[in-house]
Amino acid sequence: MASRAQSLPNGLRVVLTSFIVVWLVMAAFPFIWTLWGSFKVELDFFSIADWTNAITGRRTEDTHGSPFTGAGYYGAWVEEGFLHNVINTFIVCFFVVLTSLTIGTLGGYALSRSGYRYTFWLLIAALIFRAMPPITLVAGYMLPFFQWNVWGILPTAIIVLVAINQPFTLWMLHSFFQNIPKELDESAKVDGCTQFQAFRHVIIPVMWPGVITTGLFSFLLAYNDFAVTAMLLSEDNRTMVPQVAAFLGTTYTEGNIMFAVASVVSATVPLFILVMVFQRQIVSGLTAGAVKG
Amino acid sequence: MFVRKLVLAGVMTVLAGASAMACGINARVSIVGNEFPAIQSVGAGAQECKGAEVTTNLTADHQKINVPGMQGNPAEYTSAIIANSSIVALMNEDVIRPLDELVAKHGKHLKKNQLVTIDGKVMAVAFMANAQHLVYRADVLKQIGVEPPKTYEDMLTAAKMIRDKGIMPNPVGGAYKAGWNLAQEFNNMFLGMGGNHFKSGSARPNVNTEAGVKALNMMKSLSEYMNPDFLTHDSNATNAEFRAGNVAIMNMWGSRAATLVTADGVPQAVVDGFAIAGPMTAGGGSTPASTLWWDGWTVAKNISDAEAEATFIAMTHAIRPEILADNDVATQAVWLIDGYKPTPAAVGVFAAAEANTIPYPMLPYMGLLHTALGNELADFMQGKESAEQALADVEAAYVAAAKEKGFL
Amino acid sequence: MLLFIAMPIVSVIVQSMFTPHEAVFLTVETCTPFKCTEETTIDQEATAALRAEQPLGRFVGLDIYLDRGHLAISEVGEAWATSQSWSEFLASLVNLPFYRAMSFTLVFIFTVTPIVIVIGLLIALAVNSIYASLRGVVIFFSLLPFVITPLIGALVLYWMIDSRGILGNLLQWMAGDPSLSLKASTGLMWVSLIVYGIWHAAPFAFVIFYAGLQTLPKDQMEAAQIDGASRIQRVRYVILPHLMPLVTFVTLIQLMDNFRVFEPIIGFNAEAHATSLSWAIFNDLGGETRQLSSAATTSVITIIGVAILLTPVLIRTWRDFREKV
Repeated sequence: MASRAQSLPNGLRVVLTSFIVVWLVMAAFPFIWTLWGSFKVELDFFSIADWTNAITGRRTEDTHGSPFTGAGYYGAWVEEGFLHNVINTFIVCFFVVLTSLTIGTLGGYALSRSGYRYTFWLLIAALIFRAMPPITLVAGYMLPFFQWNVWGILPTAIIVLVAINQPFTLWMLHSFFQNIPKELDESAKVDGCTQFQAFRHVIIPVMWPGVITTGLFSFLLAYNDFAVTAMLLSEDNRTMVPQVAAFLGTTYTEGNIMFAVASVVSATVPLFILVMVFQRQIVSGLTAGAVKG
Repeated sequence: MFVRKLVLAGVMTVLAGASAMACGINARVSIVGNEFPAIQSVGAGAQECKGAEVTTNLTADHQKINVPGMQGNPAEYTSAIIANSSIVALMNEDVIRPLDELVAKHGKHLKKNQLVTIDGKVMAVAFMANAQHLVYRADVLKQIGVEPPKTYEDMLTAAKMIRDKGIMPNPVGGAYKAGWNLAQEFNNMFLGMGGNHFKSGSARPNVNTEAGVKALNMMKSLSEYMNPDFLTHDSNATNAEFRAGNVAIMNMWGSRAATLVTADGVPQAVVDGFAIAGPMTAGGGSTPASTLWWDGWTVAKNISDAEAEATFIAMTHAIRPEILADNDVATQAVWLIDGYKPTPAAVGVFAAAEANTIPYPMLPYMGLLHTALGNELADFMQGKESAEQALADVEAAYVAAAKEKGFL
Repeated sequence: MLLFIAMPIVSVIVQSMFTPHEAVFLTVETCTPFKCTEETTIDQEATAALRAEQPLGRFVGLDIYLDRGHLAISEVGEAWATSQSWSEFLASLVNLPFYRAMSFTLVFIFTVTPIVIVIGLLIALAVNSIYASLRGVVIFFSLLPFVITPLIGALVLYWMIDSRGILGNLLQWMAGDPSLSLKASTGLMWVSLIVYGIWHAAPFAFVIFYAGLQTLPKDQMEAAQIDGASRIQRVRYVILPHLMPLVTFVTLIQLMDNFRVFEPIIGFNAEAHATSLSWAIFNDLGGETRQLSSAATTSVITIIGVAILLTPVLIRTWRDFREKV
């Protein structure tokens, strides 16, 4: 569409470009600022004495002899073993995405090909579960989980996250499959394929954009979750987000804010990479109709 | 985790030096508790025991998980480390057991005052004490020529002098964050003004009184000398203000005194000027406007006797007097353990205990009142309503909650 | 799935109608490390007997829904009877926790949702008309505020708007008032939370609309161009109708998520100025004494609230659905 861009009058182009620049600054600046600040000591990061300290790093220089220090990262990764939390997060995310996509793809396909139209009821179910504050669900889970002796372990958190997200996943994939013409698999069946073979040979090759988009939403849910993981995981099995919250400290405990800042930056890196790799698929998956409802 | 490793290493050296006192157990031990360094030391101490598995789950969210974690049968946790405010939740749900027999059998070196008894039965073993008290900048007070304040009225006078001389614009610090912190500051001031939270012998609230109004007015006067963001400052943020040299006088937790000026980047003037003293009184009263706290451990009810015995042995081992030989452990808290010698950072808490500070009330319904105070007082602090209105709101909110829980 | 979702919902509804038994109190001597005093405690044997009789607790019906912590019927009635004017009535209304939470939540929803849609649309249109080679970079940065963990995103912004943080200082300098503090004033705190809400959700709207623009039929645009439609007319009569289903979708998700606004309140330490129903649940469960029935009641009210907000959208979807069948 470059041709259309060139056809824009100059005035409008200036307006649009400056609008985008303003938006980009708004979107990106907080991240850059936090990245910069993560190499400082706490007093500089919060610039409690004077705001320019956050830029120049005066206190950092007094303490570490240079305006930059990796102390926050050293503390979080080496002293506190943040790697352990990172691994937990990825285990949780991997299985949440895997399980919800497996159920979502098969279920969504089956529903979209069955005679009855489930869209509305699926939507209602998805909405109820999205509307339910996860924190109440979790409060209800606690006692039975302790009784069955499954509290605090990763599989429990994975199952709960899948359950909370499943109706939404199912609904998204269902609408997506509905947009794949029925004629495709029906013609395959005419050619002698079973329903399953039709799914395998005809649907699977064209379903990836929708599956990737839905998978990304599941991934974000699992990666960003705080309520479920904070309440259902024991100290040893913590994922990244509750660990960041733990670094912040409580009334009793001296928090280590700079560990928190360093781990915030660390926790954001995988999301950066994810967006970089998948941004094309996000757009094309949404375009393919996953959101048309 | 790092703290725990350090502590463990420290404990190991002590053990190597003093011909390790053996700790053998034959049933599982599982501990849930808060995560601050002193409790990390206790957890690590319990894990030295050999013969069966000892697991710990030390987290700031311990209050949310200890009740459900002990309600099952058998209970997930055999021991919960709690404070005088949080033992109430365990007592209310009846999930902890009396320890008298175990104390007689295995608790020889526990001091009598470590045993928390309710109705004559030992329900918990305390190992450390805490209280809020004065923290100040000796250099700044010297500069304006006043003694460290003994009362909150003196504190106001000193604050005014510091501001008028242009030394600091907001010289007073306070953990006034809306919620638990703000309610705790009110409790301090209210008790200092001679208030009683409940009408005697009942669960009916008694905060909308003259003492309550005086306490709120004092808090309001103090807040005028605080950073304007005070309603978002918890104790961490307040300490950060002190470290940056923005605050000269504040009421702060004793457990935080040891590490207050050891953080990275604290200016030398703050390190040199840092000093602590006992809690202040208010409104001409003689009871300090503060509360005494203890931390201790309990043993679950819904577990086998063998597990209870193993838990008791491991927990007693974790707080034996020998752990104080490690200097790092000795400075982590104001220990109630036999043979503890107060470090300079402990003088505030000791002064609080000597001045007959009132312990934080251990009542089944105190938690509800604390929550109600935390939610309703912020309006007054922002000047949106009168002290009487705020206190009436507190009582109404508390009554609704207490009715729901069956206390009224 | 039923087990994990239907069961908790049922148990939440049950829990909202049952409360713990009346406590039986005993006054006993309590000794702490400091001193011995007479204190009240719960008579466990008597309570255990009550519990064995009725394990669910007391049935109270809708009492909790109507008490001061929730709908506060009698308090509202009293305020109505005693107030001389509307403003007095409203003042006593927002003094009640439920209405205080609702006043912020409603303002938040009805400012954030439309602004997010407008900004999302503007960004999508702007990105769609710039050089293709730049689009990748722009999309990348635009998506960041959306994918960031909400709690972390809120913390990052909170650190910046501190009165000594970079944005806080900038505002003080612009306003020429060195004592200006976003965190100290209720109005400014609301603005900050709303700005955060927009910052966080605009990319979501943007990416959905941008995807929609990719499927815009070219012939329609060309036909409009040939008919001499101006740029604005083309947006108004071709692009917007094409995107309408997506606008509905974004509105739906936004209404729902904004109604449950929670992380920014925690991240911004805004409890003194702004609360929401999710925050109230968190607060009920987080105290020394957990108020399970109260939290369950607020959860049910939240679901009902979302249902009310979504009724127009749902009725529309239902109609479409019926037509399709």
